[in-house]
Amino acid sequence: MLFTSVQFLIFVFVALVLYYTLPKKCQWIVLLVANVYFYLQAGFYGAIFMAITMLTSYFAALIMDYYKIVGERTIKLSKVEVTRDEKKKIKADVKRKSKVILVIALLINFGALGVLKYSNLFITSFTNFSPVNFILPMGISFYTFQTMGYIVDVYRGSVISEKNFFKYALFVSFFPQLVQGPISKFTMLSKTLYAEHDFSWDVIESGLMRIIWGYFKKMIIADRASVGLATLISDFTTYKGAYSLLGIAIYAVQLYADFTGGIDITIGVAELFGITLPENFKQPFFSKSLAEYWRRWHITLCTWFKDYVFYPISTSKRVIHQGKWLKEHVSEGLGKRFPMYLATLTVWFVTGMWHGAKWNFIVWGLLNGIIMLLSQELSGVYKKVDSKLGLKKTKIYGLFEIIRTTILVAVLQMLDYHKNIADAARMFVSIFTSANYGQVFGGGLFNIGLSVYDYVVLLVGIIVIYIVSYLGRNESLRVRLKSKPYAVRFILCLAMLVCILIFGSYGIGYEQSQFIYNQF
Amino acid sequence: MKKKLSWYRIFFRVIALILIPTLVIGVLQRILTPKYVSSIPEGSMIAEYYDSPKNTDVLILGDCEVYENISNVAMYQNYGVTSYTRGSSEQLIWQSYYLLEDTLQYQKPKVVILNVLALSEAEAKSEAYNRMTLDGMRWSKSKRASYEESKTSKENLLSYYFPILRYHSRWSELSSEDFKYAFEKKPLVTSNGYLMQVGVRPVTTVPKTMPLSDYDFSQRNMDYLDKIRQLCEDHGAQLLLMKAPSIFPHWYDEWDAQVVDYAKAHNITYLNMVKDAEKIGIDYSKDTFDYGQHLNVDGSEKVAKYLGEILKTKYNVEDRRNDPTYSTYWNDLSKRYDEEKAAKTKAWESSNAK
Repeated sequence: MLFTSVQFLIFVFVALVLYYTLPKKCQWIVLLVANVYFYLQAGFYGAIFMAITMLTSYFAALIMDYYKIVGERTIKLSKVEVTRDEKKKIKADVKRKSKVILVIALLINFGALGVLKYSNLFITSFTNFSPVNFILPMGISFYTFQTMGYIVDVYRGSVISEKNFFKYALFVSFFPQLVQGPISKFTMLSKTLYAEHDFSWDVIESGLMRIIWGYFKKMIIADRASVGLATLISDFTTYKGAYSLLGIAIYAVQLYADFTGGIDITIGVAELFGITLPENFKQPFFSKSLAEYWRRWHITLCTWFKDYVFYPISTSKRVIHQGKWLKEHVSEGLGKRFPMYLATLTVWFVTGMWHGAKWNFIVWGLLNGIIMLLSQELSGVYKKVDSKLGLKKTKIYGLFEIIRTTILVAVLQMLDYHKNIADAARMFVSIFTSANYGQVFGGGLFNIGLSVYDYVVLLVGIIVIYIVSYLGRNESLRVRLKSKPYAVRFILCLAMLVCILIFGSYGIGYEQSQFIYNQF
Repeated sequence: MKKKLSWYRIFFRVIALILIPTLVIGVLQRILTPKYVSSIPEGSMIAEYYDSPKNTDVLILGDCEVYENISNVAMYQNYGVTSYTRGSSEQLIWQSYYLLEDTLQYQKPKVVILNVLALSEAEAKSEAYNRMTLDGMRWSKSKRASYEESKTSKENLLSYYFPILRYHSRWSELSSEDFKYAFEKKPLVTSNGYLMQVGVRPVTTVPKTMPLSDYDFSQRNMDYLDKIRQLCEDHGAQLLLMKAPSIFPHWYDEWDAQVVDYAKAHNITYLNMVKDAEKIGIDYSKDTFDYGQHLNVDGSEKVAKYLGEILKTKYNVEDRRNDPTYSTYWNDLSKRYDEEKAAKTKAWESSNAK
C-alpha cells in the first residue's frame, strides 16, 4: 500500500476513527490490527520473515532478562554471604549465557537479512551461478535494525524486555515506519506507543500539516524529478557531460524530497495517533562538512551505527590492545588512531552495505568514511592555510562550506543511481571532458521528460523547501505556526493541498512510485 | 492554559474547513477539465444530449461512423424524421448499451439504430476514448456500470467523480477557452449529435486487408447486443442494425455474416451500407474528408436520405415538419446547420485555394 495512494489515506482514516472511538485501553490493539492489515497488503511471504524476527527477538530478550533475574536472585537469596568474587562469577556467567542467546538471535536475524539482501551480491561477484530471485520483505532492513538494537539494549541492561508479545509485536511492526524508518529505540517508542491518547484537534492539525508537507515534497518535487533522472540514466552515450551534471543536481533534489517527504508523512501519521517518532533530519543541506551532514541526515540510522557498531568496536578491549601494539611497534599516531579508524571504516562499510547489495554502495560508504577521516586528519592543515590566506569564519565562508559539502554529497550520490562503479566514474569524468554544455543548456535539458513548466515547479518547490528549512532552523515552522491565527494556518494548509492536487505527479501519465528508501 | 473554543467558533471552523476547500477545488476543477470546444469537439458530444429537447423518434448509437456519417438535420429536412445521435469516438458495444439505458430515462424513441462496427472491438483500448464517452454522461447507475465495464488498468472511479484528479496536469496547457467556459455555457459542437466535417480528401488507395486469426465476435459483445435488443423490446423501440459506409477499417465478410445471422434470427433489419454505398450514391472521390474512413457533409446527407426513406416507409416514423412541438426547434437547428455548413465550406475552400 503506497503512502501516495488513496487506499492508504482511507486506511489511516479508518484506523484513526477506531483508535479514538474505541476505549483507550484498546488503542494499542487497534494499532496492532492496523499493522497486520498494512503489512499483509504487501504479501504473506514478508509477514513470515517479520514474524520470525518478532519471535526470535522477543524470546531472546525474555531469556536474557530471565538469566539476569535468576543471577540476581541467586545472589540475594543465598543463605551464606556471597563474596565479591562469587558475585562477579555469577554475573559473568549470566553475561556469558546472555551473550550466547544474543549472538544466536543476531545471527538468525542478520543472517536472514544477509541471505535475502546480499546473496546475489556474492553470487554474482564471486561465483558463476546465476542470481537467486529473492523477494525482499517490506521494511526488513528497518525492522531488523530496530529489533536488534532492542535485544542489544536488553543484553546491556539498559532496557527491560517487554513481556507482552503483542505489545512487542506492535513495536516491531508499527506501520508508518515500516516503509522507510525512522529506526526507533524501544525506550523512546514504547512510552508513546503503549500510552493511552486523548483525541486532540491540535494533535490532528499538527499531524496533518506534517503529512501535507511530506506529500508536497514527495509528489510535487521528488516524483517529478524522478522522471528526468530515469531518462538521464537510461542512455549513458547520450546523457553525459552536462547531462551528467544535471543528473547529479536532479538526484540530490529527488532523494532529499523523497526521503524527507516520506519521513514527514511517517511522523505526521504517527502524530495523528498521538505517537511521537524520532526526527530523522535536521536541515542536512545546511551542513558545513560531511561529518556534520551525517549528523543531520538519516539521524536514526547513524545513531544506530554509532551505538551498536562504532562504540562497541572503538571501545573493545581487543581493538584497544591492537592499538597499543601498533603504538609500540609501528607508530604512536597510528596506534592512537587505530580504534577510531577501524570503527569508522567498519561503520561506513556497513552503512554502504545497508543501503544496497551493490558494490556501488560499499564504495560510496567507504568513500564517505575516508573523506571524513581525511578531513579530520587535515583539519590542522586547513587551519594553517586559512590563517595564511586570511580566511575568516565569515557568513560568506560559511556559505562556501555549505555549497562545498552539498556538491560533495551530491557527487558521492552518483554511486546510488548509476548501475555500477565504472558507469558512475565514467559519467563523473564526462562532466569535465564532454563539450555539450551549450547543447544541453540551450534546450537539451527540456528533452529528458521535463518541460519548462516542470523545471519552474521544481525550482519554486526547492525555494519553498529552502525557506521552510531556513525558518525552521531553531524551531520547526509547525510549532511557530501554532501561535498564528487559525485562518493563517488554514490558508497555508489549503494552499499546500491545492498545490499538491494540481502540481502533484499522480494519475494518468505518471507512475505511482514507492519511496527510494523503501528499497534499502 | 489554552482557552477553550466556544461552540460557534468550532461551528464556523468546521464550516470553513468543508466549504472553502470544496469551493476552491470546485472552481479549479471547472477550469482544469477540458472544454472540448475548438479542439477535440468529440469530447463534448455525449453531454450535449442533455440540453436537447429529448423527444426525437429515432436514436442513433455508435462510434464515429454514426456521428460523422449521418446528418440528422438532412434527415429532418428531407423526411421530417427527428433523430438524435449519441455517438462517441470508439464507442464500445457495452457503452452503446449503457448510453441507451441512460437515454431511455429521458425519452422513448420509436427506433434505435445501432452501428455494428463496435462488435469487432473486444476490449477498451484507450482511457482517452473512455473519457470522451463517460465524462459527458450524467451520474447514474448506467454511467457507473459503463465505467466498470470499460475501465482500463490505469483508470479509477474516483477520478470520474473528481475529474481534477485526472486533469490536474492540464495546468500547463490551459487556454483562454478553459477560463471562459469554466462557468459559461459552451456552444454546441454538433447538430443533434452530428459532427459536421467538410472538405474532400478522396480515396486514392485502399489499404491492404489483413487476414485475422479469429473472426468471431466476443461473447461479451454478443451478450450486450442481446441486452440492447431486449432493452429496445422492453421500451417498445424497434432495433435497426447498420454498418456505415466506409473504405476502412475493413468490414470483413465473416463479421458481416455473423450480423446477418443475428438479424435473421431475431427478425431485425440490418443495413450493410458498405455494400449499399453505390445505391446510396456515395462517391468516394467526393464524399469523404479523410480518404474513405468517414464521410463529409455531402456524404452524410446522402446516408441520411437513404436512412430517412427506410425509417419513413418501413418503420412508419412520423414526418414532424408540420408539428409545432418539433418545428420551432428543428427549424432553428436547420438554420444553424446550414450556416455552419456554408461557413465551414467557405473556410475549406479558401484554405484549399491557398
